Amino acid sequence: MLALAYAIPDVLVFASAAILILVGAVGVIAMKNPVHSALCLIMCLLGVALAFLAQEADFLAAAEIIVYAGAIVVLFLFVIMFLGVDKSQHPHVEPLIGQRWLAGVGVLVTVAGLITLMASSHWVSGVLSASTNGTALATGSDNITQLGDSVFTTYLLAFEATAGLLIIAVVGAVLLARRERPIDSDDVVEVIDVDVSAWDDLEDVDDVEDVQS
Amino acid sequence: MTIPAAWYLILAALLFGVGAFGVVTRRSALIMFMCIELMLNAVNLTFVTFARTMSDIGGQTTVFFVMVVAAAEVTVGLGIVVAVFRRRASTSVDELSELQG
Repeated sequence: MLALAYAIPDVLVFASAAILILVGAVGVIAMKNPVHSALCLIMCLLGVALAFLAQEADFLAAAEIIVYAGAIVVLFLFVIMFLGVDKSQHPHVEPLIGQRWLAGVGVLVTVAGLITLMASSHWVSGVLSASTNGTALATGSDNITQLGDSVFTTYLLAFEATAGLLIIAVVGAVLLARRERPIDSDDVVEVIDVDVSAWDDLEDVDDVEDVQS
Repeated sequence: MTIPAAWYLILAALLFGVGAFGVVTRRSALIMFMCIELMLNAVNLTFVTFARTMSDIGGQTTVFFVMVVAAAEVTVGLGIVVAVFRRRASTSVDELSELQG
């Protein structure tokens, strides 16, 4: 019936995107191993990129894969491997009694409310964004040109603000991840929380280097 | 005839729900960050759907900015996770209870 109402390729594309997104999302929260969660996240993001493509957001689909599935997930994987895979936390153990049920009920109510809202509203009569006077989607120029025009004219101030935000984020990340160097020898004991388990690895590395040299 | 916007909106709502459930139930800070990414992507999908429905490029521009902010957020957030892991040797948020009253 659906296939009769809509073009079969469109339905297939939507079904593929939906399966990728939902299976990936459930995988993210169900997997025990954080690495598997990150891989499921990639799957979900590919589904979102497919949904973007199907809705004529070409540039965003490319950016989704490059920025999210490329940079962000690689950053996640890097941190997971850097910290060591932490399997000690079993996802089937509930830290708080009944938390999972309450969370499930809350999420169900929220999603059901959203869907009910969508079913009973007339979205097309809503208010357009600040670029109301701009060109319509995918009629005149292509998607990237339109997005570029929009970003560098209507939203130029926000664009410059994101430049500042990125600089702040980089500086903050460097500051946070930097290993603290004690200046005062008296402060050493208080400042550094010695991780004894890491010493073994370091000594192993030294041994290997000694053998090699 | 193209796929109606409601299908994509329901898909985005489901994705948001899964992400919210993960943030509330999982205890590892890394997984919670991934679930926040899921929720952000659900909102992005909604924006793109409305951009198509209303023929307004503003929705796609917003998604562009959301991506930038998400990248910045992940950078700083993972920096915090690494800094906390140095002190605690754990990424579980249950261990971080020193500020409780």
